[in-house]
Amino acid sequence: MLKRLNDPQLGREMIRKVRERAARLTERLGRAVTLMEVCGTHTMAVSGTGLRGLLSGLVELRSGPGCPVCVTPARDIEQIIAFARLSGVTVATFGDMVRVPGAQSSLERERAGGARVQIVYSPADALQLARDNPRWEVIFIGVGFETTAPLAAVSIKQAAELGLTNFSIYSVHKLVPPVMGALLGAGDLKVDGFILPGHVCAVTGSRAFAFIGEEYGIPAVVAGFTPVDILDALYVLLDLIQAGDHRVVNGYRWVVRDDGNLKAQRAITDCFYTGDAAWRGFGVVEGSGLFIRDQYAQYDATQKFAGAGPASVAGPGLATERVGKSTTTGGFGTGDFLEPRGCRCGELLRGLITPPDCALFGGKCTPASPAGPCMVSSEGACAAYYRYVTNQPRLPGVVNANSGAAGSGAGCRKVEL
Amino acid sequence: MQFKKRRTVAAMCLGIPAMVVEVPEKQWAVIEVEGVRRKVGLHLVGEVAPGDYLMVHAGFAVEKLELAEAEARLAIWKELLDFERAEEA
Repeated sequence: MLKRLNDPQLGREMIRKVRERAARLTERLGRAVTLMEVCGTHTMAVSGTGLRGLLSGLVELRSGPGCPVCVTPARDIEQIIAFARLSGVTVATFGDMVRVPGAQSSLERERAGGARVQIVYSPADALQLARDNPRWEVIFIGVGFETTAPLAAVSIKQAAELGLTNFSIYSVHKLVPPVMGALLGAGDLKVDGFILPGHVCAVTGSRAFAFIGEEYGIPAVVAGFTPVDILDALYVLLDLIQAGDHRVVNGYRWVVRDDGNLKAQRAITDCFYTGDAAWRGFGVVEGSGLFIRDQYAQYDATQKFAGAGPASVAGPGLATERVGKSTTTGGFGTGDFLEPRGCRCGELLRGLITPPDCALFGGKCTPASPAGPCMVSSEGACAAYYRYVTNQPRLPGVVNANSGAAGSGAGCRKVEL
Repeated sequence: MQFKKRRTVAAMCLGIPAMVVEVPEKQWAVIEVEGVRRKVGLHLVGEVAPGDYLMVHAGFAVEKLELAEAEARLAIWKELLDFERAEEA
């Protein structure tokens, strides 16, 4: 069954139908249909399967704020680096976080300098690390959306049951519906429809996104991640746009319930309260952050290590600049947070540009030497474009070398389903 | 018992559909993906049995899979494509 969701033959036939439908719509609109894929894993999938290229000219796919590493603001990166510098502390984190550059350092550099930074696959692994090493202070970096927050919540509860005293979490968990509200409320995003993040919806339920259709008149489809899932969702979404139907449709029913996973929702609300949180590229978004409840204060790294503030935020480093509200378009700003100079990850995350629009892309910013987080994370739009899509490199030779490494060549021109 | 390196390390958000092969404890199951086995937490999905399918994220099941729903959707596509072929013929 699962194999059939990856069936290349079916995929090719579905692409033909999607293209037909997109062509009809493009003709009517007099321009390409613009859709936003909110989730970083969709960004990766539409690039990796060659779909982005196969639909080029008919459907323009914009990336959104759905890569958790990318939207973690510079200030949090500095805080995480500050934790890693504390003596006796081990920072446990997902792999993508390790290379995100801060103003002057990164976890990777701190590790090279002797800090203990451990890559883990699961918060459960971080908890196990603390159990196995009672003399270490393990801080798990709780980054992610509704899919990862309940897992961290379970780990906090387990730590409490075990009476562990050497485990804590730095919660930079974020919620997707509020940022979608902020994105749409700003009014500068021009898209015809949304491809909604399937696994976030598995937790929240598809209904949590119904406001997109009801309040903003834009249709959306909850999509899965296999080629067949994505093509099916695209087909439905194009149909909704053609019909002027502004509903939010659950196109991933084999995983997503309309009301979501109630147990997971309860785990989140048991351990976290919602508050305002800063997002890279968006500034502070009301009610979009999850913070550890007082009841579990001893597992909250911000309270446990209250003295360990991010030092380098106080003054800009050589390669950074302050980005204030007045310097960005659309009313969003990152306020006091430092961003790499010239980096346009913020605009990218708001769907205003595509990676090749950034002057750093492919030149000063590559996966080997990333300037901004969207090039670091495997789910980042810049990394996905660089790996699969770029046909016209800014630096001759760069992409040729890369395409060999990625084993995909010019993904645009190949059917890779 | 680990997934392939890329899945294990890089992708925090990547959900992996996996079959339950064993439920040794109430809260933990052993799943298998492409021949690789791993223990995952069941805290968010309740009871499961061998043969059930789960969507797994970062070491925990986040939802039980309803494969019949995917079957139903595939059947609609099959009908659509068959109809088109018949028309062409």
